[in-house]
Amino acid sequence: MSLAAPAPEAPAAPDGLRPPPVLGRGLPGLGHLLALRRAPIALMQRVRDECGDVGEMRWAGQRVVLLSGEKAQEAFFRAPEEQLDQAQAYPFMKPIFGAGVVFDAPVEQRKQAIKNRSLRDEFMRGHAEVIAAETERMTARLGHSGTFDLLDFFSELTIYTSSSCLLGREFREELGPDFAVAYKELERGTDAFAYVNPHLPLPSFRTRDRARARLVGMVSEIIARRERERRETGDLLHALVRLRQRDGTPRYGADQITGMFIAMMFAGHHTTSGTAAWTLIEMLRHPEVLAGVASELDALYADGREVSYQALREIPGLESAIKEALRLHPPLIVLLRKVLHEFRYAGFRIDAGKLVAVSPAVSNRMPENFRDPERYDPSRYGPGREEDRQSFAWIPFGAGRHRCVGAAFALMQLKAIFSVLLRGFEFEMAEPPESYRNDHSKMVVQLQHPCRVRYRRRGV
Amino acid sequence: MRVRVDFDLCQGHGVCRNEAPEVFGLDAERQQVVVLDEQPPESLREKVKAAVRFCPTQALQIEED
Repeated sequence: MSLAAPAPEAPAAPDGLRPPPVLGRGLPGLGHLLALRRAPIALMQRVRDECGDVGEMRWAGQRVVLLSGEKAQEAFFRAPEEQLDQAQAYPFMKPIFGAGVVFDAPVEQRKQAIKNRSLRDEFMRGHAEVIAAETERMTARLGHSGTFDLLDFFSELTIYTSSSCLLGREFREELGPDFAVAYKELERGTDAFAYVNPHLPLPSFRTRDRARARLVGMVSEIIARRERERRETGDLLHALVRLRQRDGTPRYGADQITGMFIAMMFAGHHTTSGTAAWTLIEMLRHPEVLAGVASELDALYADGREVSYQALREIPGLESAIKEALRLHPPLIVLLRKVLHEFRYAGFRIDAGKLVAVSPAVSNRMPENFRDPERYDPSRYGPGREEDRQSFAWIPFGAGRHRCVGAAFALMQLKAIFSVLLRGFEFEMAEPPESYRNDHSKMVVQLQHPCRVRYRRRGV
Repeated sequence: MRVRVDFDLCQGHGVCRNEAPEVFGLDAERQQVVVLDEQPPESLREKVKAAVRFCPTQALQIEED
């Protein structure tokens, strides 16, 4: 019985093109949606194993064609925006950002938004200083020894760093742990059932909407407090609040401003937070790597210079440890585009209306591109190997025109964070080594609880 | 040597301009690199190599003549 095999290939049309083979074992109505919610990486690996470089899944009513292998992925990443559109591919994001924000805006407007000046090279020094200071503030709360939760710690820290670097230091000073908690709950609202309808009466969608309302409430309070105290600030919030329409009424309300802030912080938050956690976990699983990185940092900082200076320099051992965590645990496991005009690849025709997907989680472990792909091995980035130079195979940041604009910022941030953590503390796993894992039940992947580590201050 | 840019990849981070300002500029309108000197002199080789190496999107290449 051939239930496991992909459906037989359809005969070629007169133009010689055929539709992609369809993955078997789909459920009536839901297709492969439940597999996507249960084990998304296994599902996508199955598409590659059973259908090849081009294979189709069904997420409820949505047909999704996975392109895998270096060549097919290059075609995906090089396609123009007018053909493969990013905005309509992520329906689970719309209720998080809100109406009129980012993915709800037209293509031209989004192209403008890419020109985010705060990510420019010349601002990195200032950002590094902020990140080091925020990491010091977080660790100042810790005792001489104890345990902390990796997800809670890093997701709170990255709220402070990204709000301070992207939205301004004054705004950051108005935020506390309650903002970080609400933001994390919002990220949990990315259930794949959004492909059926992002407003289904599911607990995770209700939590999402309540969390967003709480964030709007907090931003409203900040605006009101500033008005009450007649405080003069020069940050982004101040500028947005003051914008007026022609008739003199405010251009943006608290809801829209909050939506913009959520959107600006989104790409850099759970991604950096998860990568920080996984870098530490993998280093703890491989003590020889951790020891190497710790002594690399001690030697580097022996010259007495600040983190804001060092984090911009090369720190090869630490960088490789981070890159290898990114390869094995990419924060985004699937990248999606909506097909606006028929997309052709290798004799296959993918019709408008379908989604096409590339999976960093699948790609980063392709044995054709990575020697011993399941192994955590930072030496693969060393001289002579440099496996991350395979731009369309090593893709934790994506590739092409939509490659993560914050990649350099993210690496610098992680270098700054670990410069503070590893010089100040020693760490140990507080859970069995193999029990640390990601929760894949939502489209935004996060570490699963329990995920604690033990710490002890160095030299105490 | 000759400098090549893959414009599908360049996002205008400006790292190359900081590494080798004699060779790379930034087009403010398109937010992408402008090559000021496609065949830079040997004396700039180290700077150009640094630009290629530190380009966050790996959009630059050196081709030997």
